[in-house]
Amino acid sequence: MNKIKTIIRKEWAQVFKNRLVLSTVLFMPLLFTAIPLGMLYATRGTGSSDLSSDMPPQFAAACPEGLTGSECFQVYIVNQFMVLFMMTPLIIPVNIAAYSVVGEKTTRSLEPLLATPITTAELLIGKNMAAAIPAVLATWAGFLLYVLGTWIIVPSPRVVIALLDPMWWLAVFVAGPLLAILSVNFALMVSSRVNEPRVAEQLSAVVILPLLALFFGQIAGLFLINRQLVILFALVIAALDTLMVYLAVRLFQRETILTRWR
Amino acid sequence: MMIQTQDLTKHFGETLAVKGLNLEVAEGEVFGFLGPNGAGKTTTVRMLTSLIAPTSGSAVVNGFTIGKDDKKIRQTVGILTESPGMYENLSAEYNLQIYANLYEVKDVGGQVEKYLRMLGLWERRFDEAGTFSKGMKQKLAIARALLHEPRILFLDEPTAGLDPEAAHLVRDFIEELRKEGRTIFLCTHNLDEADRLCDRIGVFKTHLLVVDSPANLRTQVFGRKVVFHLKHVESAYLDLLRGMTFIKEARAVDDKLVATLDDPEGQNPEIIRSLVEAGAEIRFVGELRHSLEDVYLQLVKNTQ
Repeated sequence: MNKIKTIIRKEWAQVFKNRLVLSTVLFMPLLFTAIPLGMLYATRGTGSSDLSSDMPPQFAAACPEGLTGSECFQVYIVNQFMVLFMMTPLIIPVNIAAYSVVGEKTTRSLEPLLATPITTAELLIGKNMAAAIPAVLATWAGFLLYVLGTWIIVPSPRVVIALLDPMWWLAVFVAGPLLAILSVNFALMVSSRVNEPRVAEQLSAVVILPLLALFFGQIAGLFLINRQLVILFALVIAALDTLMVYLAVRLFQRETILTRWR
Repeated sequence: MMIQTQDLTKHFGETLAVKGLNLEVAEGEVFGFLGPNGAGKTTTVRMLTSLIAPTSGSAVVNGFTIGKDDKKIRQTVGILTESPGMYENLSAEYNLQIYANLYEVKDVGGQVEKYLRMLGLWERRFDEAGTFSKGMKQKLAIARALLHEPRILFLDEPTAGLDPEAAHLVRDFIEELRKEGRTIFLCTHNLDEADRLCDRIGVFKTHLLVVDSPANLRTQVFGRKVVFHLKHVESAYLDLLRGMTFIKEARAVDDKLVATLDDPEGQNPEIIRSLVEAGAEIRFVGELRHSLEDVYLQLVKNTQ
């Protein structure tokens, strides 16, 4: 456990000296928190007019009881952007993991590191946690800021309850960490096969595509994110995580990395 | 024995990197591993430090078998890799603290301070390793390799790319380690360095060509040569030497006679006596010492 802690501390000491990574960790959650709060602020004065005709019928049907048409529309609009909270744990780790693994190669620090009695599992767990923890914490901090902002901006308790549906708590606090693990291991896997941190970042960014599909699919009215979908999504990500961890460990071959990484 | 290998072999696909290496290195010995680029020296070091697995054969390092006790081997050996590989944006002190923790050193602070002071880096301990000169980085990497007090140290080109002063400091430090009784496996291209530091030398090019002490290697390859500096060289003196059965070869170079023989200490008096009796005026007698470079080049050339 001490070795894992040492790796985590080392990664953070190194990675957070990189301004690009640091700004990603700080700026992205703030941006992704500001967007739904901005939407809430912009739609707060819609009054009691019936805007339900502007929503997909499945949302209008699923609109929480007791909400007026305009309140329902407000919840619908803000919900479109809640997927952003699931993007943070995907994007931040890609930056950190791609830098931390390929960075070891570019500075030629991997050989002395592998020459220590650290096991591959300890090394990968350390790198995983070093990349995932800041992403998850930044996401949670952003979400909690959103919760606070919602209480301040929205006057109606009915709307607040609808906005802070347990579905989003599940998405942020359960699916978020799972997405971070997926992202880190995908980045580790890619990093084991490329030589440039930028290439690793770009290739690793592919992992965000399914979430973008979810985001735009909902905006296009193709489907509606609901509790069942979030639970299913979390289960699929958990299964993918298992596969990714397995692949990342398999691909992180000490010998291959030492003899082919030049 | 601290290192013992038996038919140690490594293939990378179709490429044979190390072929049937049989080697023994005793405790406290400084063993020089010489060979041209691509000879398989680094591959051998990586196998002996359990970084990569051999294709066949076996090796025991510090009593542990590679492939079986890899973690224990990594725990008990120190390695200076070809490139220092420090974390450039972290301080020198923190670089060492990381490795002291990974090597499970009990007194992290004490060991870090000991080696930073020993290598003259204590005053710069808070500076980022990236701001260090190449020589300082190399010293920091040596400190890193010693934090856990390994009994065996693998040094891969410890003075490569260093200026003469830094190289001298590193060599002095290796001398110190030798005095402490540590076993040192030294890969180097610097033949003068190998000559000065090593008890024995192995010349390697995919397979081991020869292993012996630098002095014995010279004798093996070139024999022992004695130079007689005379006031004037005459053909009669040369004929005199050539007539002596124990002299293998004799030749004249300017005002010198060069004789190849097995036992200069025992045979020189007779040669000197004979030359003086023949009228030669001897000014100076000395042994012609071939450089290790000559020996190395001759050995490598013989394999081509």
